[in-house]
Amino acid sequence: MAIEVRIPTILRTYTDGAKAVDGSGDTLQALIDDLEGNHPGIKERLVESGDLRRFVNVYINDEDVRFMGGLDAELSDGDQVVVLPAVAGGAR
Amino acid sequence: MLTIDQATYDAIVAHAKRDHPDEACGVVAGPEGSDRPERFVEMVNAAGSPTFYEFDSTDLLHLYREMDDRDEEPVVIYHSHTATEAYPSRTDIGLAMEPNAHYVLVSTREHGNNDGPVEFRSYRIIDGEVTEEEVAVVAQLAPRVPEESTP
Repeated sequence: MAIEVRIPTILRTYTDGAKAVDGSGDTLQALIDDLEGNHPGIKERLVESGDLRRFVNVYINDEDVRFMGGLDAELSDGDQVVVLPAVAGGAR
Repeated sequence: MLTIDQATYDAIVAHAKRDHPDEACGVVAGPEGSDRPERFVEMVNAAGSPTFYEFDSTDLLHLYREMDDRDEEPVVIYHSHTATEAYPSRTDIGLAMEPNAHYVLVSTREHGNNDGPVEFRSYRIIDGEVTEEEVAVVAQLAPRVPEESTP
């Protein structure tokens, strides 16, 4: 089962510069574990204390996974996953 | 150094003044690797806050898809500080995730929504390290160098 994962610039150090990699898994959690196998270190950039990091956005077929169960969001063959760091900050 | 054209500079300043006292934010996209801030894109501050900004997650996806389709990247990422200096805060530094971008900060603390000069400063923020850089405002960006030339 192949799922295309779009990788943001900041995380391409884990994918030898690749903008997109293939992974597999029937949930986002499983997909991230699969990615970690091929791209060690990437999981820690996405997940913290068993949850998605607050300032990392993940989309499945253009929908924010926060509205789809987060790491439990289900995946099917051919889905496209996009990872984008939040663009955020502020005076404090 | 950040080289930016006057119209884009003015648009960033106008956005910051308009949204004061909330923080304003946006990007200026340009061709990948060109370091040319060509396409001004004002974003909504989903946090709607005087001390925080965040692009809405759906807007963020649309923005990056659009840039991807056009072979662009965010050359400038700008936001305003409305009560403090135009210098990256610890939050700004911790959340800076675009190593190729010029992070522009505008401070509206002096004149708020009104006319008057603003602080307009630019930084590189890479792995938590902040480097301020010179800002050159030009009438227009120099013509683009052709991408391919015959030998």
